[in-house]
Amino acid sequence: MTELVWLVIALPLAGAGFLHFAGKYLREPLAGWLASAAIGGSFVVAAVAAVPFIQGGEHGTAVSLWDWMPAIGASMEILWDPLSALMALVVTGVGSLIHIFAIGYMHGDERFHRFFTYLNLFAASMLTLVLAGNYAMLFLGWELVGLCSYLLIGFWFTRPTAAAAAKKAFIVNRIGDLGLMVGLMLVFTTFGTLSYTGIFERAGDELTSGLATAIGLLFLVGAAGKSAQVPLYVWLPDAMEGPTPVSALIHAATMVTAGVYLVARSASIFELSTVAQVTVATVGAATAIWAASIALAQRDIKRVLAYSTVSQLGYMFLAVGATAYVAGIFHLMTHAFFKALLFLGAGSVIHAMNDEQDMYKMGGLLKKMPVTAVTMGIATLAIAGIPPLAGFWSKDEILGSAFERGGWFSVLWIVGLVTALLTAFYMTRQWVLVFLGQPRWDEGIEPHESPRVMTAPLVILAVLSVFGGLINTPLRLTLEHFLEPAFELVKLQHPPEGVGMFILLAGLSVLAGLAGAAAAYLAYNRSSDEWRGFEGGFEPLWGAWEKAYGVDDIYGRVIVAPGKRAAEAAAFQFDIPIIDGAVNGLGRVFRDLGEWARPIQTGYVRNYGALFLAGTIVVVIWLVAGGA
Amino acid sequence: MIVGAEWYMTVAAALFLIGAFGLLLRRNALIMFMCIELMLNAVNLTLIAAGRALNDLGGQVAVFFILVVAAAEVVVGLAIIVAIFRRRTTASVDELSELRG
Repeated sequence: MTELVWLVIALPLAGAGFLHFAGKYLREPLAGWLASAAIGGSFVVAAVAAVPFIQGGEHGTAVSLWDWMPAIGASMEILWDPLSALMALVVTGVGSLIHIFAIGYMHGDERFHRFFTYLNLFAASMLTLVLAGNYAMLFLGWELVGLCSYLLIGFWFTRPTAAAAAKKAFIVNRIGDLGLMVGLMLVFTTFGTLSYTGIFERAGDELTSGLATAIGLLFLVGAAGKSAQVPLYVWLPDAMEGPTPVSALIHAATMVTAGVYLVARSASIFELSTVAQVTVATVGAATAIWAASIALAQRDIKRVLAYSTVSQLGYMFLAVGATAYVAGIFHLMTHAFFKALLFLGAGSVIHAMNDEQDMYKMGGLLKKMPVTAVTMGIATLAIAGIPPLAGFWSKDEILGSAFERGGWFSVLWIVGLVTALLTAFYMTRQWVLVFLGQPRWDEGIEPHESPRVMTAPLVILAVLSVFGGLINTPLRLTLEHFLEPAFELVKLQHPPEGVGMFILLAGLSVLAGLAGAAAAYLAYNRSSDEWRGFEGGFEPLWGAWEKAYGVDDIYGRVIVAPGKRAAEAAAFQFDIPIIDGAVNGLGRVFRDLGEWARPIQTGYVRNYGALFLAGTIVVVIWLVAGGA
Repeated sequence: MIVGAEWYMTVAAALFLIGAFGLLLRRNALIMFMCIELMLNAVNLTLIAAGRALNDLGGQVAVFFILVVAAAEVVVGLAIIVAIFRRRTTASVDELSELRG
């Protein structure tokens, strides 16, 4: 089965190709079902091919497809090992559910089939990224994912905000990509190849720690761009301009995890540099608390989730920085479940509210849309880290690993704990604002539960959000054993041993989660005057959070405005007067010359004859006088 | 009286000047054409005379070349003039000044 693993990429790619050319001849739901079938088939192939890993003891195999760029050791090859298998399963599994949800959500859109073309292309790109057997192919997927996110964020490109958000996402991603590209060049000059197997086996012997630090930090720049870490996270909240299934697929479950995957995949390189590890973890923890505090005060239902995603990605970076790769990937997986669920739930709510996204204008939706409310409630508890839901197990493993590593990581552990409190608060705030209390809807809105095609994926994801964490509990480390062959070259960081320590640490984080949730419930399950007063009590902090600390303004003033000025200077001070001036000036010289010589051509033969004769006489005189 | 090369040169110079001034002063295309022939033959005369005086066959060889080229030129030139005659009633070259800059 392993040699057929290329089908995992090929199926959605073929779906995208087919829909691109034939999509407009298909009637509405058919295009969506076709795309869903393509990615669903991909999931089935991945699941069957992953069976040997579940049985255990199986190592990765490289499946070579064809030579691509032999000079840099880059062939089209798939590395099918537990890590890539798990990523492929998450991408195709969660992706399938989102595809199905989108059939309902995109109902009536005039570019329905085009949307599914992009979704399938995106899935194929992401699968190329995670299944790649070398860094060149990873980079190919990395760039394609960026392109697809541009296409999907700007799907409703007639809205100026959507077009701007798409551009912003693309440009910020490019900044990160530059770091990754330089990092890959450094890898290539060091090893002479970009193939994973070649690099990781030799890294321990041939890589100096200085070089490992440099490569690690450059990879971090790339990962920070793609995975929305400080300071390159600003594109992700704006990316909410895309249709909600896009937010769920790209900005929650798959694309943004590429950075985490990159660090985990490059574990052998990070292994050699403590500096790089600490930097990754610190960036992660800083991102986690920074974004969580912004999420506290957002009014837009999707922006809360966007900042929440940024914050949760920070946790994953904290984990992989602490070399707790399994914990990071574990959280990546559980987060994919509950964040996809939250986004799809938010999509369901927005759909019901006639595209209203302001939570202050919602409320009381529990009775109107019970399925959405209950499933989102489950996701809220899961992300808040309430046992025994999925988020509890993965978050606790991250925090425990950071605690066990000690030193500076103890500080990061405390940051993570505070973030857990904030997370519980803003998620509960969202749920209470949307589903409880008095209706605050605008006139003429009739909320209704979404159709089956949308609620079914919600229910499946809710089940996964409840039980997904059980695959890696301290009692049964299934995921850890599953992933072990992929990380056999590195030392993994584990949470502290022993039941007592586990209960103490877990108790602390559960306490933080419960405190945050309870505080939010008490604060917001009141009349809107009361909770508005509660928010006002935090001024001016609340205003700063609501404006996301004004980071966009600062970037606008410090980077974008000078950039624009430089571009204008180049255009109007250099290009037009100097470059254009030189070209036009040369033309003008010859035009004037011609203008001056023009009267000579009178059109009268005798004038030409006279000139001819005069010339002849001059030449004759010159010759007679001795000449040359 | 010995008729030397100088005599021929003088006659050739006179012929050439007649041709040149004729070309500059007349307006009839046919006459101008004849003036050009006059100038060509003046040059031929100098070449013959110089060749004879210097005892060099090169002068006569050059004349043959000029005669051949002149014959070809007459064919083309007369054809152009006939074509102009057909389109216009006049043969005055001053009417044909469309190519002024």
